[in-house]
Amino acid sequence: MAGESGGECNRTNVFVVSARKRTMQKLAKKTGESLLFAVASFVAVIVLFIFYFVARDAVPFFQIRGFSEFFTSSNWYPADDPAQFGALAIIYGSLMVTLGSALIAVPMGVAAAICLSDILPFSIRQYAKPVIEMLAAIPSVAFGFFALVVLAPLLQNNGGPMLMWAWWILVSPFMLLAVIVLSDLLTTKITEPKRREQLHIFFLIFFGLLSVLFLFKVGTVLYGIQILTGTNALTVSIILSFMALPTIVSVSEDSLQAVGRDIREGSYALGATRAETIIKTVLPAGSSGILAAVILGIMRALGETMVVWMASGNSSQIPEPWFNYLQSIRTLTATIAGDMGEADQVTGSARFHVLFAMGLLLLVISFVSNLVSERIVVRQRKILSGQ
Amino acid sequence: MLAQMKFHSYTVAAYLAFNFKRKRIETMIKKFLLLVVLLAVSLSATAGAAVGTLVLDGSTTVGPLAKTFAAYFTKKYGVRVTVSESGSGNGAKSLINGSCTIATMSRAMKAAEIAAARQKGVNPVASVVALDGLAMVVHPANPVRSLTKAQISSIYRGSITNWREVGGPNARIVVIQRESNSGTEESFKELVIGKGVAIIGSAETQSSNGSVKSRVSTTLSAIGFLGHGFVDGSVKVIAVNGILPTVTTVKNGTYPVSRPLYFYTNGQPSGVVKQFVDLPKSPEGKRMITELGFINR
Repeated sequence: MAGESGGECNRTNVFVVSARKRTMQKLAKKTGESLLFAVASFVAVIVLFIFYFVARDAVPFFQIRGFSEFFTSSNWYPADDPAQFGALAIIYGSLMVTLGSALIAVPMGVAAAICLSDILPFSIRQYAKPVIEMLAAIPSVAFGFFALVVLAPLLQNNGGPMLMWAWWILVSPFMLLAVIVLSDLLTTKITEPKRREQLHIFFLIFFGLLSVLFLFKVGTVLYGIQILTGTNALTVSIILSFMALPTIVSVSEDSLQAVGRDIREGSYALGATRAETIIKTVLPAGSSGILAAVILGIMRALGETMVVWMASGNSSQIPEPWFNYLQSIRTLTATIAGDMGEADQVTGSARFHVLFAMGLLLLVISFVSNLVSERIVVRQRKILSGQ
Repeated sequence: MLAQMKFHSYTVAAYLAFNFKRKRIETMIKKFLLLVVLLAVSLSATAGAAVGTLVLDGSTTVGPLAKTFAAYFTKKYGVRVTVSESGSGNGAKSLINGSCTIATMSRAMKAAEIAAARQKGVNPVASVVALDGLAMVVHPANPVRSLTKAQISSIYRGSITNWREVGGPNARIVVIQRESNSGTEESFKELVIGKGVAIIGSAETQSSNGSVKSRVSTTLSAIGFLGHGFVDGSVKVIAVNGILPTVTTVKNGTYPVSRPLYFYTNGQPSGVVKQFVDLPKSPEGKRMITELGFINR
């Protein structure tokens, strides 16, 4: 009896706490919560502060020089007398290499993510993914050094042949795939088996020859190109795409994994092939994550400084013609990095504040694209959940 | 009763654990204090040694010279000298901000910089270290041997864009310049192009003598300019107005693109600073200047 009551007593002691202890617990809870809240809001406040301080030093530039010169002129002569602050070519250069690196990195990254998540067996994927993520750990100055010392002279000396080989290697598998799929699609409607077989073979040969002709034609044009300078927008785009790849692969692979086994098996159960499952089911379901990955990768390319400073040639010009990736360009980030040393209040305030104006522009670009991608992700989720 | 016992055992355990922890904490604190004391001692020791430290900042062109001087000076007088190379403009800024004792510059201070210095109570005094010829360099395979100053100016202003126009092969000229905080760039503009005239936007911009050299040595149709001390076999020096930059031509002023290199100090140099600034006048200093490819005054 005594033992029993002692047990009861013990239990009540454990579960019923005194008023003082309860207030202490409440206090601890509140302190813990507010601490976490403070840390979380601190991060948000940092962003706001960066915005504020960059904007504070950017606004005087527009007060001194106005808007039109900065956005419409390509004459960047901050050190001359009189100074000119036309940043159009520099803004264009930034967008150009960002677009170029996205064009290379996005298809490659998404393809690699599909391969990792849906095609490779788990045992290989386990090793392949960390290796790809290792790319992100290489410091950007090492990439820049590689671009300047290896890639730039290589492109300069064997530019034409290299472009041709890249064209062949990258495009011919897609052409082959396209030929097979196209001739398949064109003949599915024909019911008579023998006629279908004949037509199929005819289409295969016809489109095959056509595509080989196309490949050769473009290849010879590329072969004839002389690259004048190795430090150009193409070199930078290639290196930047390498730097954006690990982000894109890793994040989009995660989102494809998150799609789940049940959806894939549902698709197979309805009789879809693996290709159909990937293209029509898995990719749309994971599209919001892939988009987020792409935006992250693009931001990486836009914000990168060291590589572009070393390998872009830093000439403030809009290439001639405008899509010519084989000329030197200059980007916002490289200009900020390169001119910051000299641009002090000592040597003229417009020259100092213009760099902050560029920083603000970069911030605004990344802010807007983040916002837009957020919107698209939300809308995509709504569509997928059938609302 | 039992609860009390339990409570007791808990408190004993907690006390023991606490005691144990306290001992560890005490040793940790002791170790930490020891570390702090050691650090303080070592810091004060270095601070004691740092009394005679010289800090040099500025031109990448003067950099090798300043470093050689620094090594020699430390060996001879036991004075520590640190040398940074961040560009002439940054050197001037460091002197004005008081973060260096000597600013190494490959151009004279601008009026605006001197005014800013005066405002901060700094009185910049120049002393010429050596002379330097700005060598115009091209790829070794380029057949062009000589250009006039006017031709170079036209190339950098963008009115000549093909090597064919100056007697070379049919190839577009890749123009390479230095970035805006380079004294070499400023001197080049002043000596060749003239003040207030802009270099074409398509000119590539490199951040040091070394990177200009590496770009020119790997680009067939490039033209660039280097401090005379940086020239080696990987690039070809071309004559300006028919005159190649050599010790004689720079010294007697016949080579048109040459300039003095400066040490700037705050006020008239005295003591250790004076000893350092006077190095170029000593026979040892003259030998080092010649060895590095610069020219004695």
